Amino acid sequence: MPKAGSESSLDGQGKPLWLVLELTYRCPLKCPWCSNPVDFGRAGANELTTDEWMRVMAEGRKLGALQLGFTGGEPMLRPDLEELVAEASRLGYYTNLITSGVGLNDGRLAALKRAGLNQIQLSIQSADRALTDSLVGARCHDLKIDVARKIKAQGFPMVLNVPLFRHNADQVEEILDMAEGLGVDYLELANIQYYNWALLNRTELLPTLEQMRLAEQAVVAARARLGERMTIYFVIPDYFEQRPKACMNGWGAIHLTIAPDGAALPCQEARQITSLEFPTVREHSLKWLWEESPTFNTFRGDTWMKAPCRNCDEKERDFGGCRCQAFLLTGDAANTDPACARSEHHHLIEEAIAESGRHGRTAQPLVMRQTCAAK
Amino acid sequence: MTEALHFQPQDRPFINPLYLFRWEESQDSYVMLYPEGVVKLNETAGAILRHCDGETAVSAMIEELRQVYSGGDEQVAAGVHHFLKVAHAKGWIRIKS
Repeated sequence: MPKAGSESSLDGQGKPLWLVLELTYRCPLKCPWCSNPVDFGRAGANELTTDEWMRVMAEGRKLGALQLGFTGGEPMLRPDLEELVAEASRLGYYTNLITSGVGLNDGRLAALKRAGLNQIQLSIQSADRALTDSLVGARCHDLKIDVARKIKAQGFPMVLNVPLFRHNADQVEEILDMAEGLGVDYLELANIQYYNWALLNRTELLPTLEQMRLAEQAVVAARARLGERMTIYFVIPDYFEQRPKACMNGWGAIHLTIAPDGAALPCQEARQITSLEFPTVREHSLKWLWEESPTFNTFRGDTWMKAPCRNCDEKERDFGGCRCQAFLLTGDAANTDPACARSEHHHLIEEAIAESGRHGRTAQPLVMRQTCAAK
Repeated sequence: MTEALHFQPQDRPFINPLYLFRWEESQDSYVMLYPEGVVKLNETAGAILRHCDGETAVSAMIEELRQVYSGGDEQVAAGVHHFLKVAHAKGWIRIKS
């Protein structure tokens, strides 16, 4: 998916270049910043079958999709993953597996290679075993390191994804060293975005601007030292940027996510916009969902924009920011993303940062991802 | 990121295995696919990269492209060298010499 720092020099020309399949919301980990819905147990029931995913992939290629992401939840929990990857390769996709590494044993890794998988993006949360294990609620740091070595040994491009937040933002140097030691080709220091579980835990997870500045310095130094050996993605989170991110390159522009139950989403977070309906691939063709569905057309172009976006000279650049963030923080998905300093709701962002960093504030325990969500 | 590199006539560039280079019908062009990225290539870029197979020497590549593209021989050679330099800096190609 086109997250911060990714490159797509290809204008979609109306095609969903990126197709992301959330094969399941199930996951053995309990990350308190998980991007899955807080009620994932309900939303993830009734997962698409192998045949249904096959149909989605075939229809996606006909619409011009080039990049295919298998994600979740933990996609390794689907026993048909190898079968799906083989079909995706046959169809001509560039195939990406986004995984925690849990369940990626030697046998399955070799089978995925045989099936034609192009790359694996492995997540790890710190260079420190105890911290990783406590953050994800499972003892899996050593397993992840082991899986990283096996991925490398199989000849896959090594993409390491490290979600960044207050608890690990001071360890960026150690993380860079770890990545170098593992022979990582692409390192994504991905500042988490505040939706779903991460929004629930925002006060505890938000880093400080000072942490971000130091992290950025470490990244700049590492880029100079490592040159072409490792590509490092790092972008300051939108909370500190005064301008919103060009979320998904625009709503319904190049990105299409299919949720475990077949719901078609313009991004993985879009389900949170409860004022919209998200029809599924069980009811409609992918072509209809992409081209005709009211949901995808609602925020295409710029006629939906209100002030200040409507008259803004930057609207072509950031498309008004993120519709999900506008909805979650202001209650109206058509509002300007409050991350923008020009938004009348920008104080909501500033207040969140202030509260998170307030001296003397009593720290709360992180709400770990679980089926009965504490609200 | 990489310092500029001037290719020698005997060099045999090949596509970096991290990248997938292929024809894409829906774009009517060659594309370069890699983790998190897609690049649509223009016609000449596609024509040059098609020869980056680890077997073809730069000199032979230029020779062949001269048959296809008009313009002076020098011009074609300079164009190929320039593109190879850019493609190498982007990490798309590597060299066997």
